Amino acid sequence: MQNETLLEVSNLKTHFGSDTGFVTAVDGISFHVEEGEILGVVGESGCGKSVTAESILRLHDEKFNTMYEGEIKYKGENLLKLPLSKMENIRGNEISMIFQDPMSSLNPVYTIGNQITEALLLHQDISKKEAHNKAIELLELVGIPSPEKRITEYPHELSGGMQQRVMIAIGLACQPSLLIADEPTTALDVTIQAQILDIMLRLNKELKMGVIFITHDLGVVAEICDRVAVMYLGQIVEEARTIDLFEQPLHPYTSGLLESIPKMDGDRSKKLNVVKGSVPSLDSIPQGCRFASRCPFADELCLKEMPELRPFKDEEGSKVRCWHAEKILNERKKEHVSTD
Amino acid sequence: MQTLKTDTNVDLSEIKSTLKSEQRKILTKKIMKNKLMVAGGIIFILLCLLALFGPMLVKYDPHEMTVSDRLTAPSGDHLLGTDNFGRDLLSRIVYGSRATLGVGFSVAILSSLFGLIIGLYSSYYKTLDHILMRISDGLMAIPGVLLAIALMAALGPSTRNVIIALSIVFTPYIARVVRSVALSVREQTYIEAMRAQGASSFRIIWLHIMPNTISPLIVQATFIFSDAMITEAALSFLGVGVPAPDPSWGNILYDGKLVIFNAWWMTVFPGIMIILAVMSLNLFGDGLRDLIDPRVKSGKKIKGDKHAK
Repeated sequence: MQNETLLEVSNLKTHFGSDTGFVTAVDGISFHVEEGEILGVVGESGCGKSVTAESILRLHDEKFNTMYEGEIKYKGENLLKLPLSKMENIRGNEISMIFQDPMSSLNPVYTIGNQITEALLLHQDISKKEAHNKAIELLELVGIPSPEKRITEYPHELSGGMQQRVMIAIGLACQPSLLIADEPTTALDVTIQAQILDIMLRLNKELKMGVIFITHDLGVVAEICDRVAVMYLGQIVEEARTIDLFEQPLHPYTSGLLESIPKMDGDRSKKLNVVKGSVPSLDSIPQGCRFASRCPFADELCLKEMPELRPFKDEEGSKVRCWHAEKILNERKKEHVSTD
Repeated sequence: MQTLKTDTNVDLSEIKSTLKSEQRKILTKKIMKNKLMVAGGIIFILLCLLALFGPMLVKYDPHEMTVSDRLTAPSGDHLLGTDNFGRDLLSRIVYGSRATLGVGFSVAILSSLFGLIIGLYSSYYKTLDHILMRISDGLMAIPGVLLAIALMAALGPSTRNVIIALSIVFTPYIARVVRSVALSVREQTYIEAMRAQGASSFRIIWLHIMPNTISPLIVQATFIFSDAMITEAALSFLGVGVPAPDPSWGNILYDGKLVIFNAWWMTVFPGIMIILAVMSLNLFGDGLRDLIDPRVKSGKKIKGDKHAK
C-alpha cells in the first residue's frame, strides 16, 4: 500500500494553566495517520487521549490557558501555526470530530436537520434546499430509517444510538479527510456499538477517510483498527500494527491491559489479571519511566531514567517505550515453552 | 413489503401528530391549573388594551382644565372625579397608563437587549467578564431608585430620559441572569462540537448559546417590566420622572398627595392601577417561571433575589 501521510504529529506537548502552575497533559507525543487508515488510540481514563484529539483541532484555544508545543502537520501545514480563521476552515471541513457522549453533543434547541444543514452550510457554498436534501442523504448513509421524517425531530426525540448516528452524519457532512472519533461507542450498548462500528468501517473504506479512533475498549480496537498507539500518562508507550500488538505486546502496560480482558476460552476459576495501582496525578509525575510504579518488571534504571520511544527491532513499524522490552519478551517466550 | 413500509410510516406520523396535540393539551392544562398566573395574565392584557385603545374612548382631554370643576368627587360626568386643576381623572389615568406601561415596556426591551449582549459576551470572554461584571457589580451596589434619581438629575426630566435611566439601572440584573445560564451552556459538549465543526465564536454565541438563555431571560424581563413601572411611578412621585403636565400614574399620585384629605380619589385610583399592573405582572412572571423551570415546585417557591427598591 502506498498511502500518503495525512497527519503527522511530532513531539506534541499540551500544557494547561492551573492554580498551581502549568500541568502537562500531553507530553511529547508523536504519531502519524495515513490516508484511509484507522489508528486506534487506547489507554486508561485520564491518560491524555482526548486532550490529544482536541489539541489536533486546537479546541482549547478559547480558554486562554493552554500552551502547545511541537508540530501537528496536516497535509504539510502546521496546524499549530495557523491563524484562527484558517483553523475554522479546517475544523469540520478537513478534520472533524465525533464526541464521546451523544446525549449532550447535540444542541437541544435545534432539530437534527437544522444541525446537519448548519454543518454543511458552514463550509460549502450550497443553497438551503440542497443542504436539506444532502442532510437526508447523510441520515440515510448512517442508517437512520425514514430520514425525511426524522429530520424534523429534536435531539430528545431520538435514542442515544440515533443521536450518535446523527453526530456521525454531522461529522461526515463535509467529507473530511480525517475523522477523529473520541470514544464514539462508549455510551452505547453492544448491539448499537456494533452497528456504529460497521458504519464507520464502511465509510472508512468507501470515502478513503483517515480515522483516529480513541477508545479504551481493546475489543473494538482489534475489530477495526489498522494500527494502535497505547498511551499512558500523556505519553505513547507502544505503537504497533494491531495484529502485532495483540500477538506480541511489547510494553508491560500493554500486556497488562490485554491480560485484564476476559477470554472466551479462559480458565474461569482464575481471577482476572489487574494492572495494579492507578494512574498517578499529572502534577506528581514520577521521575524515570512513568509506568515504573505499577510495573512488575521495574528496576533501578526504570526509576531513574525515562526510556525513549524507540523502534523495536523484531517487528516492522513497532515502537516501544521500555528499557526491558526484549528481556520481557524472551522471558514470556520461555514461559510459553515451559507451559506447553 | 413496500406497502407495508409506507403503512407504518403513515401510522408513525399520525401517532406523532396525536402526541403533539396531546402535549399541547397537557401544557394548556398546566397553564390553566395555575390560576394566579392566568388571572395576572388577563389583568395585564386588559391593562395593555386600556393603554392602547382607552384614549379613543374617554371624552375629556387629559390636559383640559376646567377650573370651576376642581376636585369634584366621582360622579356620572367625571367617573373618577377631577384633580386640583379640574382635569378629568379618568382620562388622566388612561393616558397615564400609556406613559407608565410604555416606560415599563421600553425598559424591559432595552435592558433585555443590552443585558443579553453583555451577559453573552462576558460569559464567553474571560477578560471581558471581569471588566463588565465589576461594572455591573458597581451599578447593582447602588439602590435602584437612588441611581435612577442621580441619572435623572444628570440627564434632565423627560420621558425618554426616564427610559434611559431605568434601562441603565436594570441592565445588570438581566446581564447576570443571562451570564449565569450562558456560562453553563458554554461548557456543554454541543458547543465544543460546534467549535470542532469550524463555527466562529460569533456564530456559537448568537446561534447556539443565545437560544438557550431565552426562557430565563423572558421570565426576568417580566419582573423588570413591573419593577420599571414601580420605579417610574416612584420617580414621578418624587418629581424627577415624567414631567408635568403629561400624566403618569406617579405624578397623579404626587398631585394627589397635597389634597389627600380633601380628594381621596386622586390617590386611591392611580394607586390601585399601579398595584394592579405590578401585581398582575409579578403573578404572571412567577407562573411563567414555574412553568419553564420544572425544579421550582409550586407551593414551595424559592424566592428569587429581589433588588432594592
